[in-house]
Amino acid sequence: MSLLELHGISKSYGGVRAVDDVSFGIEAGTVHALVGENGAGKSTLVKVITGVIQPDAGELHIDGEPVSIGDAQTAHRLGIVAMYQEPTVFPDLSVAENVFAGRHPRSRLHTVAWRAMEDEAMRILRELGVDFGPGTPVRGLGVADRQLLEIAKALSTNARLLIMDEPTAALSPHEVDNLFATVRKLRERGVAVVYISHRLEEVGALADTVTVLRDGRHIETRPAGELSHGEIIRLMVGRSLDALFPKEEAEIGDVVFKADGLSRRGVFADISFDLRRGEIVGLAGFVGAGRTEVARSIFGVDPLDGGRIEIEGRPFRPRSPRAALRRGLAYLPEDRLHEGLVQPMSISDNTSMAVLPAVTAAGFLRPRLERSLARRFMQQLSIKATSPAQVVRSLSGGNQQKVVLGKWLAAEPRILILDEPTHGVDVGTKADVHRTISHLAAQGLTILLISSELPEILGMSDRVLVMREGRLVAELSRADATQENVIQAAAGVQEAA
Amino acid sequence: MITRVRAMKPQELAAAAFRLREIGIVLALLVVVVFFSIRADNFLTASNWQDIAQNVSIVVVVAVGETFVILTRNIDLSVGSIVGLSGYLVAATLAHHPGVPIEVVALISIAVGVGLGLVNGLLVAVARIPAIIATLATLAIFRGIHAEITGGKNITAYQLPDRFLSLAASKPLGFPALAWIAVVVAVIGAATLRFVPWARDFYAIGSNPDAARFAGIAAARRVITAFVLSGALAGLGGFLFASRFPTLDSGAATGFELTVITAVVIGGVNVFGGSGTILGVVLGAVLVATISNGFTLLRLDEFWKIFFNGFAIVAAVAIDALVTRRLQEALRRRRVALVSSQPQAAEA
Repeated sequence: MSLLELHGISKSYGGVRAVDDVSFGIEAGTVHALVGENGAGKSTLVKVITGVIQPDAGELHIDGEPVSIGDAQTAHRLGIVAMYQEPTVFPDLSVAENVFAGRHPRSRLHTVAWRAMEDEAMRILRELGVDFGPGTPVRGLGVADRQLLEIAKALSTNARLLIMDEPTAALSPHEVDNLFATVRKLRERGVAVVYISHRLEEVGALADTVTVLRDGRHIETRPAGELSHGEIIRLMVGRSLDALFPKEEAEIGDVVFKADGLSRRGVFADISFDLRRGEIVGLAGFVGAGRTEVARSIFGVDPLDGGRIEIEGRPFRPRSPRAALRRGLAYLPEDRLHEGLVQPMSISDNTSMAVLPAVTAAGFLRPRLERSLARRFMQQLSIKATSPAQVVRSLSGGNQQKVVLGKWLAAEPRILILDEPTHGVDVGTKADVHRTISHLAAQGLTILLISSELPEILGMSDRVLVMREGRLVAELSRADATQENVIQAAAGVQEAA
Repeated sequence: MITRVRAMKPQELAAAAFRLREIGIVLALLVVVVFFSIRADNFLTASNWQDIAQNVSIVVVVAVGETFVILTRNIDLSVGSIVGLSGYLVAATLAHHPGVPIEVVALISIAVGVGLGLVNGLLVAVARIPAIIATLATLAIFRGIHAEITGGKNITAYQLPDRFLSLAASKPLGFPALAWIAVVVAVIGAATLRFVPWARDFYAIGSNPDAARFAGIAAARRVITAFVLSGALAGLGGFLFASRFPTLDSGAATGFELTVITAVVIGGVNVFGGSGTILGVVLGAVLVATISNGFTLLRLDEFWKIFFNGFAIVAAVAIDALVTRRLQEALRRRRVALVSSQPQAAEA
């Protein structure tokens, strides 16, 4: 009998089937890898299991009994603990209190037993082999340490099912080794670990069972030993790359953007590159390599400490996003929900935001101009919405992404920096976004494409730049840019990982 | 023990920054005391210090409750109205029933505060009205009820029994009674925040409300508790206020919430919740009251007091921002150092 069984779980968001009739079982004392591309439905499934969202259909069984997990607390009570990619910590509290928040050990007088709490936290931290103590304020911890703190939290509860969503994204190799040892220890204790990762080496090293999801559907659940990496990839993708990345041939023109020796102390250094008209240049690298930081500094969000930029032959000093927009440079941020859109406002309010003068007559905003602007982009980008007056919050993630794109296109930029433009959107929308990007380049727009998805970079780019540890380490032509070459450069190793 | 690799890690820096605020206030206090000692003749007299102590005491009592609320990332603007209303009810009770024991009157005052605090708590935690709006409304509503009860009349000192009037002036063990009460409230408040599990939740809720929910903390109940405690202490504050300023009308303690919130903010409680200590708040209250007292002695206009309070808030918050930024820069440097000393794990 499985610890947890999913029976026909389905969940839709505004017409998009995020999870479609998924059934499989998770056994106690195993590591169960959940793999699939972005948008395959992994996160939605995790949210269903942890009670954050309710499925439209289907049942969950624990120890063979049907259960309804109405909220996070219920999941906790059932021994289901999730570690999210974004650690949910209390920055103002100490490590020990973070571990025991909401369930402090108590003395006989029912007061907080600080000593016992810190001793217990210390024991767990030592088991994890981390280099911070229970009294450390969490504000002082970096992302990797916060991740380890999340694990400590899970260890301190008697979790039966631990869900780890990309736990190694920000960890160093040493920390990854520690984590793996911990996961194996948990398995020996009889804990079921659901392990979500894009890194197939990790899946191979750790998993007993692999479940593959694609486009919200359950594709396969099999013992890890029976599946090679190649097979897993084939099951995950299930279609050829070209269909997903419809690259139009564009005429590459003159250099329109020139960065020379850009640096920001402690973040990146000596970044030099050119962009040509109509060119899509991919910027690859691992999370934390400094790609987003470079983009933010070019766009004038963060200060530059050194280096020169030329746009269309004239020097440009990035003082503010406003100044950048005036020179025809736009940036579509990675965190579109926070930086790119005003959620409670309508599509037309959002698309006109950066170009208010264009929709103003005699000093007054003209709603009709705003609406026609919004309609133009809704059509061009095939945004699925009832009208330009629809509130952005009510749109699906992919459509929100397109609204952000429309907002920047309204400014009629000549150079567009896209940061993870398809992060977290479903496959259909992704192809749509790719088609749009490719089309824009064919019309003469210059695009710098930041993406952590290698196939996206390879499929879309005319040229690939690779960053590692705040430095530009490689520049590859479309012909030379293979998966192996890019990963080697990004990881700084001779042989492909 | 865990081995310390570097001499001063950013984490320890962060720990040190926690104490920075208290030290900063003590330094500011020293400067202020020295300044007024030179400039104002009567500043360094025992009677003046007792005057300051009595004024500080009422602020501290109410500020401890306000601290609970602000720690949860909320705010209670209605404390001035609660002090006024409960203080007036104390005086009215004693004026009409001079025989009632003072302890009973104090309990009535606190009970009134509990009731009013509960209203605030329910509006914020159950009706989900943002605290700044909910308590702005109750500030006006409580004051309106107050005006209705007074009916335009006031109560003066000679309507009140002597045993009540002598309370504020009495000095058990040579220390003003009000100050004793404030010390007891502050010590209990500090101990509660440190040792009582549900009070630790105030910090968690204010620090990261989502994470608090994930951790299974009953946030709504905790927020109601914080508002009820704030109301109760404002009720106690009203009782003390009536004994110190026994002439009460419908405008009693108007604007008192601003003094309280100034003390709390200068005392280093983060207005976005999650951090702050009672020690800091007490020091903040002492600093504000000392400056206010010194200005009075120098016969400066009331305007200058208000001006200076505003100035102090800006200075305190600016220093906070500066320290936080320094800290984050230190952290970033550390992260980069780590990254370049070890190859980053592959992600693809």
